Amino acid sequence: MSEVLLEAKAVAKHFGGVKALQDVSLTIRRGEVYGLIGPNGAGKTTFFNCLTGLYKNEFGEFLFDGHRLEADAPHKVATLGIARTFQNIRLFGNMTTIENVMVGRHVRTHAGVFGAIFRDRKTVAEEQGIRRRALELLHYVGIADRADDLAKNLSYGDQRRLEIARALATEPKLLCLDEPAAGMNGTETEGLRELIVGIRKDGVTILLIEHDVKLVMGLCDRVAVLDYGEMIAEDVPTVVQKNPRVIEAYLGGSVA
Amino acid sequence: MSNMFKMPGMQKYPVVGLILVAVTLAALPFLVAMTGGQAWVRILNFAILYIFLALGLNIVVGMAGLLDLGYIAFYAVGAYVWALLASPHFGLHLPFWVILPIGAALACCFGVLLGSPTLKLRGDYLAIVTLGFGEIIRIFLNNLNAPFNLTNGAQGITRIDPLTIGDFSFSAQSSLFGIDFSGPMKYYYVLLLLAIFVIIVNVRLHDSRIGRAWQAIREDEVAAKAAGINTRNVKLLAFAMGASFGGIAGGMFSAMQGFVSPESFSLLESIMVLAMVVLGGMGHIPGVILGAVLLTALPEALRYGVEPLQHMAFGRQLIDPEALRMLVFGLALVLVMRFRPAGLWPSPERRRELAEKEA
Repeated sequence: MSEVLLEAKAVAKHFGGVKALQDVSLTIRRGEVYGLIGPNGAGKTTFFNCLTGLYKNEFGEFLFDGHRLEADAPHKVATLGIARTFQNIRLFGNMTTIENVMVGRHVRTHAGVFGAIFRDRKTVAEEQGIRRRALELLHYVGIADRADDLAKNLSYGDQRRLEIARALATEPKLLCLDEPAAGMNGTETEGLRELIVGIRKDGVTILLIEHDVKLVMGLCDRVAVLDYGEMIAEDVPTVVQKNPRVIEAYLGGSVA
Repeated sequence: MSNMFKMPGMQKYPVVGLILVAVTLAALPFLVAMTGGQAWVRILNFAILYIFLALGLNIVVGMAGLLDLGYIAFYAVGAYVWALLASPHFGLHLPFWVILPIGAALACCFGVLLGSPTLKLRGDYLAIVTLGFGEIIRIFLNNLNAPFNLTNGAQGITRIDPLTIGDFSFSAQSSLFGIDFSGPMKYYYVLLLLAIFVIIVNVRLHDSRIGRAWQAIREDEVAAKAAGINTRNVKLLAFAMGASFGGIAGGMFSAMQGFVSPESFSLLESIMVLAMVVLGGMGHIPGVILGAVLLTALPEALRYGVEPLQHMAFGRQLIDPEALRMLVFGLALVLVMRFRPAGLWPSPERRRELAEKEA
């Protein structure tokens, strides 16, 4: 098993004339928390969308765990072991909390229409397994008491947690979190930090987009910085923090 | 799954409740025949046929959230398969256990045929394409009498074989155990069995891996993709499943009527079935059943009720009963949607949510 889990090679994505991503190359090692930061519009979420197959990148490729990722095939990416959350929470609002997590088990289970109709022993056992695992995950992220509520009635912080639980249900090797702390208060962010630390301890590699600098610096082993679709730095947080190009990107270019 | 049909008292005496329901359903055609005559037994049969159709459409619209305005096309395919394979038109008289699977399979193929070009469409756009598809099928049926007379055009196909099992015909009067069963009564029991089957299928699909995938697509397609659902296959599956139910219902329609023509499969029919799903309570199975029964029975009740009512009120007929019937029917639909937007019998979750909004 190689040490590198994900390798992005010269990935580029254009929207018309806008170069949302140019030549982004990075490697993520097994077991680390890798941060992806940058000002608004730098291309972080675009990178996520290319990685998870929602967008088709024009150039470059992703190598994940020995496989080349197919662009435009999100379900295959999920099957290989990449799960994600969304910047603007995307839950199945009119389904219950536990059902949301059960949907995440889809890629690891097999029951088809005939199993569903005839309820053979194998399907029943699988269904019980799905429910049991989903409940475990709800306990894990700490919202098991809301299992039978509709997802859209959860509080904002709980919705974020539910999204993480749904992503974990797919048994990912790499968990991509898109601004999980956005809109959270201090206590909620601290709880989230503990959750991420726990997930990492369980052996899941994490790719994190985040604006909360304190959270990123405290959590990440390495950080990459995007600016106008280009990667301008990649290193351990303490070094990146002092990089003049990074400071310029965040605080604006010198006026003179 | 069982909580879907929970009614007060049912939990306490499940067996008693079940027997009561079974006896009522078994006796229903006799009660109806006594009070309203055979015509109402026939209407009852149509109500069940529409339950069947509405639940088929519920898979596509209610569960997977794919707005389909051409659903009746699959019903037409099933009806014509039966008509062509069991009538003097081609001189074929195949048994039902050959025709119904063929009808279901062919409708299923048409479902995939409709589904595949529409995979990237949603909402209004999908509705327009499916609407066009429904009309195409009807126009084909209307015009496929030349160069080769496949469907007999607008005249339709007549003298279609009724449902027979061995020598037992479902159309003629016969007596069993000293009780006289009319043709429609016998069809009632067949349709009832089919309806129970389709209800079980719907309930079980709703709470299965596939059913959850459908609902996930309805709720948020992008998130469903990211969660690892192959949305293309799962959507096609929804179209195929819904269509095959339509095909079976069509076959039964042919057998019951003994006559099919393209005008039975107009856009209005598609809209009626959709209205049953929406008015009853989209995605909630008991609600859909209620919607189907009401929307079949109400126009018929108006047909029989409007004329005597006018005579009683004005002493003569003021308005053409047919026109008034549709007026009252339309008004009823508007009122229901205004005062019960989630449908007459929405799912408990939906109801709770609406209550919260008002509070």
